[in-house]
Amino acid sequence: MRDALRLYFRYLGISVRAQLQYPGSFAMQAAGQLLVTVIEIVGIVALFDRFGTLRGWTLPQVALLYGVTDITFAIADALARGFSVFSTMVRSGDFDRILLRPRSTILQILGQEITLRRGGRLVQGAAVLGWAAAQGAVAWTPASVAILAAAVVGGACLFMGLFILQATSAFWTVETLEVWNTVTHGGNYASQYPMTIYRRWFRGFFTWVVPLALVSFVPSAAVLGRADASPLAAGLAPLAGVAFLLASLGVWRLGVRRYTSTGS
Amino acid sequence: MTGYAAVVAARFRMLLQYRGAALGGLATQTFFGLVRIMILDGFYRASATPPSLGFPQAVGYVWLGQATLALFPWNTDSEIRDQVRKGTVVYELCRPLDLYGLWYARAIAWRSAPTLLRMIPMFAFAAAVLPALGLGDWGLAPPAGVGAGIAWVAATVGALFLSCALTTLAHVGVLATLGADGVPALMATIASLLGGMVIPLPLFPDWAQGLLAALPFSGALDLPARLYVGHIAAADAVWVLAQQLSWTAILVVLGRWLLARQTRRLVVQGG
Repeated sequence: MRDALRLYFRYLGISVRAQLQYPGSFAMQAAGQLLVTVIEIVGIVALFDRFGTLRGWTLPQVALLYGVTDITFAIADALARGFSVFSTMVRSGDFDRILLRPRSTILQILGQEITLRRGGRLVQGAAVLGWAAAQGAVAWTPASVAILAAAVVGGACLFMGLFILQATSAFWTVETLEVWNTVTHGGNYASQYPMTIYRRWFRGFFTWVVPLALVSFVPSAAVLGRADASPLAAGLAPLAGVAFLLASLGVWRLGVRRYTSTGS
Repeated sequence: MTGYAAVVAARFRMLLQYRGAALGGLATQTFFGLVRIMILDGFYRASATPPSLGFPQAVGYVWLGQATLALFPWNTDSEIRDQVRKGTVVYELCRPLDLYGLWYARAIAWRSAPTLLRMIPMFAFAAAVLPALGLGDWGLAPPAGVGAGIAWVAATVGALFLSCALTTLAHVGVLATLGADGVPALMATIASLLGGMVIPLPLFPDWAQGLLAALPFSGALDLPARLYVGHIAAADAVWVLAQQLSWTAILVVLGRWLLARQTRRLVVQGG
């Protein structure tokens, strides 16, 4: 295990050095990422300006949800980049090379790239979260900090699990299906707003199938004092994300077993 | 002129083949449409002072935006980005057509074929399936009147010409920056926000309305959609078309001028 971690960090070191070889291009890409995500928050601010509240939720409260979701998505997106672009590896037959090496496939694909330019989204999420905090949306106690930290970890695990499932589907379809965008980017978009505004079937899907509500909404609502969940339950709910990641890894192993190379 | 028409026709027929991609896109756009409508539903229910754009109109606006997403100038053609990066754009310069016209003709096919493929199933879903599921509030209602329907069709054709002028201008920007990611990112951001893809433009603050309508981005989705739902009277369609066509003319002249400057300075790297 220690050996595997050492190898993983070697991979990450190489990836980081490679990206910093072109500092100008890197800075522009990170700035571009920041810009692309800023439009979502502009839309939210404009809607609050027009309507005042969202079923009793205020702008700083929704900003907290937005910040937590955006940070978790940025972390998962940066770490699991190798899985998001995995279908090209199946198409080109490059996955064969990974199978030949005496290391776990997951370790090697995670080590393909850590996408630093996703830092732009992270900075934006953190800034929005900071603004929400400055507006007094949250009472900062050790418990609330711990709950939000659990939300970030659980959320990052959940989104990584989704990226792994998306990559696994390439074993069957070769192309990655665009449908996955609904649960990855669409899930991220939906959980920027309180889950309570959605219809029951939609909430059910994002609680019991893809437990996004458990990893980001339940803990955030508890920290905001807007939920009946006890602090302990709110802190434990993000474990659903960890469970989801473990289940995804199981599905991945099934997929690897049925892999047949596209190469000739 | 026949050369450009041939480019449009050939690319159009080729792009009509991508039915699988259209189906995948359809699922994603339906999902995003539903989430957007649920969010707007939440806001409209809480509001004490309803905005001039009513909730059913906002729903129609969202569905029209999802149905004509491929028409909206939010992305750039990956083939043209590749041509610029690899330098194969010089082959295009050797053709007996001018590069701006060629790119504009490609854009026409690239924007219209996927839109046609996606629009009809999307309309069927939003106008027929949703009400059948008991979600009639979230369905797409018919146009506000016969005049509104005709005005929407005319304005959507205008939107195609405008959108292709914006797209081709972005392609000129891609050439100027040698295929860097900056121009596509900037275009996606500005056009989505100022064109009504993030939230319907009438929901922005009142002080911004005049500016938003005057900018070219409103012509791509906002003005046609507002004609359809009756937020702009059908009689004012003339003004919408005037806005679209005058911006198209300005953007074409600007794009041609910038491209001419670019090609004069273009250095082809051999290898």
